[in-house]
Amino acid sequence: MTAPQLLVHDHKDNVGVVVVEDLAAGADMLCVVTEDNSDFHMTANQAVPIGHKVALADLAVGDTVIKYGQDIGRVVAPIRKGDHVHTHNLKTKRW
Amino acid sequence: MDLKNKTIWGYRRENGRVGVRNHVVILPLDDISNAACEAVAAHIQGTVALPHAYGRLQFGEDLELHFRTMIGTGANPNVAACIVIGIEPDWTKKVVEGIAATGKPVAGFWIEGNGDIATVAAASRKAKEFVHWASEKVRVECPLTDVWVAAKCGESDTTTGLASCPTVGNMYDKLVPLGLYGCFGETSELTGAEHLAAARAASPEIAEKFMKTWTAYQNDVIEAHKTSDLSDSQPTKGNIAGGLTTIEEKALGNLEKIGKAVKYVDVLEPAQAPTRGAGLYFMDTSSAAAECCTLQAAAGYAVHIFPTGQGNVIGNPIMPVIKVTGNPRTVRLMSEHIDVDVSGVVRRELTIDQAGDALIDMIVRTANGRSTSAEALGHREFVMTKLYRSA
Repeated sequence: MTAPQLLVHDHKDNVGVVVVEDLAAGADMLCVVTEDNSDFHMTANQAVPIGHKVALADLAVGDTVIKYGQDIGRVVAPIRKGDHVHTHNLKTKRW
Repeated sequence: MDLKNKTIWGYRRENGRVGVRNHVVILPLDDISNAACEAVAAHIQGTVALPHAYGRLQFGEDLELHFRTMIGTGANPNVAACIVIGIEPDWTKKVVEGIAATGKPVAGFWIEGNGDIATVAAASRKAKEFVHWASEKVRVECPLTDVWVAAKCGESDTTTGLASCPTVGNMYDKLVPLGLYGCFGETSELTGAEHLAAARAASPEIAEKFMKTWTAYQNDVIEAHKTSDLSDSQPTKGNIAGGLTTIEEKALGNLEKIGKAVKYVDVLEPAQAPTRGAGLYFMDTSSAAAECCTLQAAAGYAVHIFPTGQGNVIGNPIMPVIKVTGNPRTVRLMSEHIDVDVSGVVRRELTIDQAGDALIDMIVRTANGRSTSAEALGHREFVMTKLYRSA
């Protein structure tokens, strides 16, 4: 199998994880869902470091970000499909 | 891999437990006995001193934890024999007696009325005797599942939840049903996955015990002392650099360490030895690496598996710590710290099942005597957990 650029845990997830170094803005990503090894393609809107997340769908402020099929926090700034998702647009619902 | 009949070469101790190292430990009861212990260890080759910061004027639950950690450390099967040095005789003898219950050689010395120099001389003579005795112990063939294996992750990132933690979980799913003792902890770091953790308890009573422990940590530790939403501490700066954004995300990756099927059979106090037979245990611990590893070693665990994303360098003075990473960048930049490279998982070249087998192979090699990266690099972090201020 060709090495993917993005891995997604679960089909319910709305973010995936970049698993290669030096991913450039506009890069075409082979995205694999680890749950069943299915795949799709998507474009990264920005350069995203290895380990960081990319949105799989447009997300509005107040939406819940899903990873592992679970709630990992709330959107605090609008996110477009393909955007870098991190502390600037996602916050914990705890503490 | 025929895991059922897999064996390792270990040290069968007086109480039947299997150790994979043969340390002669020089254990300070308290902070002011560190100097004497370090002097003995500098003098007698083949011993290791475990300096730490506490042991004076503690009381209540915190004092109980101190004694449990001291006694448990000396009692760990990786320790062949132990010298205890304290400032005064009463608490020193309490620790000596606790360790002696295992049947291993142990002797106590105290400084008041003797001074450091006479204490070091007497303790050195005894330590030399113990080194001769321990160095003649030979490894014997033991079932792999007689080696208690604990786990805790650190400097985690998103690859931890994709690769290294599921690798540990796969190992537990394979070995716990065959009779392994396992252990996971990190109470605060299950926040966001506490419902999933509770669902993995072996019974509703144990699930309730877990939720009680987790809620107490939230209320008594986090809520009581926080000055912010903890976004500067949990996730850590390293976690955030590695792509983890929230505690929920971190917790979900963390929990991958307990695999898909195995259930935990009890909730342990910090440093408490398991009492319900073979199985996976949850221990109430901090998520700080050295504190958690020290508590797990004090509970009797002989090998530690440490999945890391960004590259935590932790070791332990008596328990070999095996590092596992799935982050190709960490493999590239910090390879001297990594014992098991599972970065093939994120390239889809390696399955979790194959990664679990590779980890089991490294557990066998480590148990047989292979030095871990942390051992070779001299990492001996020994950090006592303190519950509150002293009296």
